[in-house]
Amino acid sequence: MTSVLYDAPGPRAKRRNIVYTAGFLAVLALLCWWIFSVMSDKGQLEWSLWKPFTEAQAWTTYLLPGLGNTLKAAALAMVIALPLGAIFGIARMSDHRWIRVPASVVVEFFRAIPVLLLMLFANQLYANSSGISSDLRPLYAVVTGLVLYNASVLAEVVRAGILSLPKGQTEAAKAIGLRKGQTMTSILLPQSVTAMLPALVSQLVVIVKDTALGGAILAFTELLNARGTLAANYANVIPSFIVVALIYIVLNLILTTFASWLERRLRRAKKSTGAVLAADLAGAEEPVAEPGIRTGDGSTT
Amino acid sequence: MFDFLEGYDLLGAFWVTVQLTVFSGIGSLVLGTILAAMRVSPVPLMRAFGTVYVNLVRNIPLTVIIVFSSLGLADVFGMTLGVADDFDTLAFRLSVLGLSAYTAAFVCEAVRSGINTVPVGQAEAARAIGLSFTQVLMSVVLPQAFRSVVGPLTNVLIALTKNTTVAAAIGVAEAALLMKEMIENEAQLVLISAVFAFGFVVLTLPTGLLLGWVGKRVAVKR
Repeated sequence: MTSVLYDAPGPRAKRRNIVYTAGFLAVLALLCWWIFSVMSDKGQLEWSLWKPFTEAQAWTTYLLPGLGNTLKAAALAMVIALPLGAIFGIARMSDHRWIRVPASVVVEFFRAIPVLLLMLFANQLYANSSGISSDLRPLYAVVTGLVLYNASVLAEVVRAGILSLPKGQTEAAKAIGLRKGQTMTSILLPQSVTAMLPALVSQLVVIVKDTALGGAILAFTELLNARGTLAANYANVIPSFIVVALIYIVLNLILTTFASWLERRLRRAKKSTGAVLAADLAGAEEPVAEPGIRTGDGSTT
Repeated sequence: MFDFLEGYDLLGAFWVTVQLTVFSGIGSLVLGTILAAMRVSPVPLMRAFGTVYVNLVRNIPLTVIIVFSSLGLADVFGMTLGVADDFDTLAFRLSVLGLSAYTAAFVCEAVRSGINTVPVGQAEAARAIGLSFTQVLMSVVLPQAFRSVVGPLTNVLIALTKNTTVAAAIGVAEAALLMKEMIENEAQLVLISAVFAFGFVVLTLPTGLLLGWVGKRVAVKR
């Protein structure tokens, strides 16, 4: 029980904690009761508004196609942004100034710009000067915006992951005569994957969430947009928002759970072949308030 | 070359962006700090509430939250936030509310990571001289924690600046909405986009540099 802030509670502290718990419980109960009464005042608790979600039609007509588009855009963006991000991240660490400087400029530029502006730009660009049909244009615009932004964030993740490796790894690779490309692809990249994984996944969550921008502003028929059509049909604004929010939460929790499982597995696999990295990785894991490995300013979008 | 700017209130739109950032920044800092205090408090129920709040809110898209505040809170529940018939001000305040509620989850996590950097000895010493939990938190732990999280909080602030563009979804007249309007009406797509991109670089770059410098200065040397 001991932490930075409090000791194992004694008899007085235990009593006090019970009082605090009761007080907070009362506040929470009051809040719940208030929300409940406001909802029932506005008739949002009526079964007829919630009933559509127990039937197949609301799901097959609106929510599942919307979810499908959300996943499609997110998957496309991830598949394109990941290799692009890796390339730019490695390019930023190049020994050649003419590669390093332009890569840095591109990465910093796209990181500084809201992803919505990139989507708006891409949408108009495709409308003006490409033959993409207007049904597909929102998807293309959303994916383009997501790729430009997230590739540059991922570039920083990759760079931080590689920089977090001990210097001895590169030196040893040089000592056994590996070329720069070989050092990167067979020594540095594979090792840094474990260190990068948490940041990669939080970026994946960001991508999933950012697809909603396309629904609200570019008329991309993803989950949030589908919610609008559904609510227009059944007149259930509040229930539809609650259901859609729950879908996003479950989706993202599945992603993060899968990632932590994968991370545990990778780490275990590494330990069995030799515990060289264990200490360093444990160090990188500490929640130190340092922008180093957990680059993601993007993780907040 | 820049005559397409005539007739548009570019500075006004960016001023709204700045206002959104400042108000939501203050709101999320206050709310996030309270949440962080809850998450480290000795009361299990408060800890659970903080954890649930952070994990739920972080996984909902900001767009959903902002659109909900307009369609749900304002339209269905009739929330007016003190402005009954001024729709523009209402949309602005709803956006600040949504942005604060969302960003607070990230502020909470940043502050909590800062609390974890404070050595246990500091708190043990504080307890040894008889300070209560609140006193330990307010005068020993949080001041040190805040000094060590200037960096992460700067990242949250920069992300917030960019996230204010989402307010365009409910019609707040900020930069992204103006850009959408301009590129639809004018032919100068690349030039207009460059102007807006430049605007955001101007907003975020100095913030990052300035607060990065501040963070280095105030960091607790251990």
